Amino acid sequence: MSFISYLINGISLGSVYAIIALGYTMVYGIAKMLNFAHGDVIMIGAYVVMASVTGAGLPPFAAVLISIVFCTVLGIVIESVAYRPLLNAASSLAVLITAIGVSYLLQNIALLIFGANTISFASVVPIPAIELAGGSLTITGEAIVTIVLCIIIMTTLTLFIKKSKAGQAMLAVSEDKGAAQLMGIHVNGTIALTFAIGSALAAIAGVLLCSAYPTLTPYTGAMPGIKAFVAAVFGGIGSIPGALIGGILLGVIEIFGKAYISSQMADAIVFGVLIVILIVKPTGILGKNIQEKV
Amino acid sequence: MKFKKVVSAVLLAAMTMTCMAGCGSNSDSQSGSGSSNSSSGSGDTIKIGGIGPVTGSAAVYGMAVKNGAELAVKEINAAGGINGAQIEFDFQDDENDAEKAVNAYNTLKDWGTQAVLGTVTSAPCVAVGEVAQADNTFLLTPSGTAVDCVKYDNAFRVCFSDPMQGLESAKYIGEHNLATKVAAIYDSSDVYSSGIYEAFVKEAANQNFEIVAAEAFTKESNSDFSVQLQKAKDAGAELVFLPFYYTEASLVLKQAAGMNYSPMFFGCDGMDGILAVKGFDAELANDLVFLSPFTPTSEDEAIQKFVTDFQEAYGETPNQFAADAYDGIYAIKAAMEQAKVTPDMSVTDICDALKTAMTEITIDGVTAKSLTWEASGEPSKEPMVVKIADGDYAVVE
Repeated sequence: MSFISYLINGISLGSVYAIIALGYTMVYGIAKMLNFAHGDVIMIGAYVVMASVTGAGLPPFAAVLISIVFCTVLGIVIESVAYRPLLNAASSLAVLITAIGVSYLLQNIALLIFGANTISFASVVPIPAIELAGGSLTITGEAIVTIVLCIIIMTTLTLFIKKSKAGQAMLAVSEDKGAAQLMGIHVNGTIALTFAIGSALAAIAGVLLCSAYPTLTPYTGAMPGIKAFVAAVFGGIGSIPGALIGGILLGVIEIFGKAYISSQMADAIVFGVLIVILIVKPTGILGKNIQEKV
Repeated sequence: MKFKKVVSAVLLAAMTMTCMAGCGSNSDSQSGSGSSNSSSGSGDTIKIGGIGPVTGSAAVYGMAVKNGAELAVKEINAAGGINGAQIEFDFQDDENDAEKAVNAYNTLKDWGTQAVLGTVTSAPCVAVGEVAQADNTFLLTPSGTAVDCVKYDNAFRVCFSDPMQGLESAKYIGEHNLATKVAAIYDSSDVYSSGIYEAFVKEAANQNFEIVAAEAFTKESNSDFSVQLQKAKDAGAELVFLPFYYTEASLVLKQAAGMNYSPMFFGCDGMDGILAVKGFDAELANDLVFLSPFTPTSEDEAIQKFVTDFQEAYGETPNQFAADAYDGIYAIKAAMEQAKVTPDMSVTDICDALKTAMTEITIDGVTAKSLTWEASGEPSKEPMVVKIADGDYAVVE
């Protein structure tokens, strides 16, 4: 019975990684940059929910909506102020370093406003835990909501990119920025839209992460952010289904590694598996093979 | 295009300003606390520096130490200072980071500190210990529990060491027959947590209980404890030993409740402060037992006075870190009086004098009655056991 319980925990943890990984993978796929501030947008999203619920006394659902709107705007602002001026810079390292800078900026702003004290985050998930098999198997409401939401988001996003005009524009920009511009696609607008969607997803991920693991500090987003980045690389960065597979595999391997091998070695096992996969398939599980034309 | 550049420049300037404003207010408050205590000019004041995390994940401890120490400094200065000299106190932030702690120590050295209260957390304390030893600066850590914190003869501590805590915890559980099957979860990436854990396991061999599960986590994976708890539950543990800080402990308690597992939880002094976590459901911590040298609900007169004064000054109930710091400053005072330290003495002379003086003094503190020190730097005192009941701390014995 504990095997099933571990599996559910792993999938639930992996679903959070997957939603965060989506933000990384979309931005990388379309703007070809690593947005290391993504994890901190998650943290900001969680703080907004916390402030709206405990500070302004709003119902949790409204708070989540506010948080999504706030993070979307934040994502657009970060993109236009910090990244856009550098997108055509000679070195792609410039954007990477800026992203790390933005990450620290967000952490320190949160530190300034909310302080360093750990805040216990009240879960916004109204569903109670389900008990199966006479109490020996408990599935928390948060796990159910996380897994279901993850699947819904993934399906919607895939449909959006395949069917809508804006989604097609994203695909075009990801393939060739210059050519897309020649075809009349508003490249900057498309990249901004990508950031907006990525940040909105970050807000949702923040709420889910803090509902499942209810502590909130200015550094809450940092480690899950890095793990999700790993998940994105694992699944093949730039690929949306890859983020899902990578995230869930990462979560399951992490929990199983802890449960059956060694709780102390969990992270070493996760990263060990990553190395093996990258040796066998350098672009990740679902990564596209990029053919160099001579 | 030009307009956009102007906008981004303005925004950039605004961001920089906010950062600077943050730093500015921080240093203001620090220098403010320093200068308010120095009624006489420099030269005839004794300069004591403090180091600890005022920001970052361990800020709760650093703030408590800062406040506790400042309260003691204020009282001593009001009562005439040390050997007639007023104390000047400057507290530097280390963000619970070893490298920043050494920087903070260097800042204090430039300022002319004559003795250091700090650092608050173990890893930075070990780092500062190394440089302070080279300089021969007197170091008294209020709460650095790692063995190596007092490795050198210039370093002393107010709190118990990690092995002491592990040993006392195992003894207490065994002697009071709290459980026969015990699980331990510990942070293998943290010197404090693994130090306690190792001593706990060692002593457990002499006690009448069995460790049925020993699970670790690291600071990279400190949010999901479902596996560790599941293993403890499957092994039938009646008591789970949690030798780490309350930030993670609050998650453990929440996740255990989520999976309908309610063993007895037993922690160490890092558990102190769990009820102060904003938004934490105090119900979850009911019946949590932990070792702590200080409890604000004690009826002792000195403790009650300390608690009231602290609440008046800072609007919150002091925790054991504040108490350790308060006793630390009084210990420095007692030792300096014993050694007849005057402000014009050099750092090295003061340090040499205090090394002997620390072993000769006995203070009646808020963390222990008749607190004394050994030359090794360890304090000698009795541990206290605290149990949380009805959302408040209560002394068991």
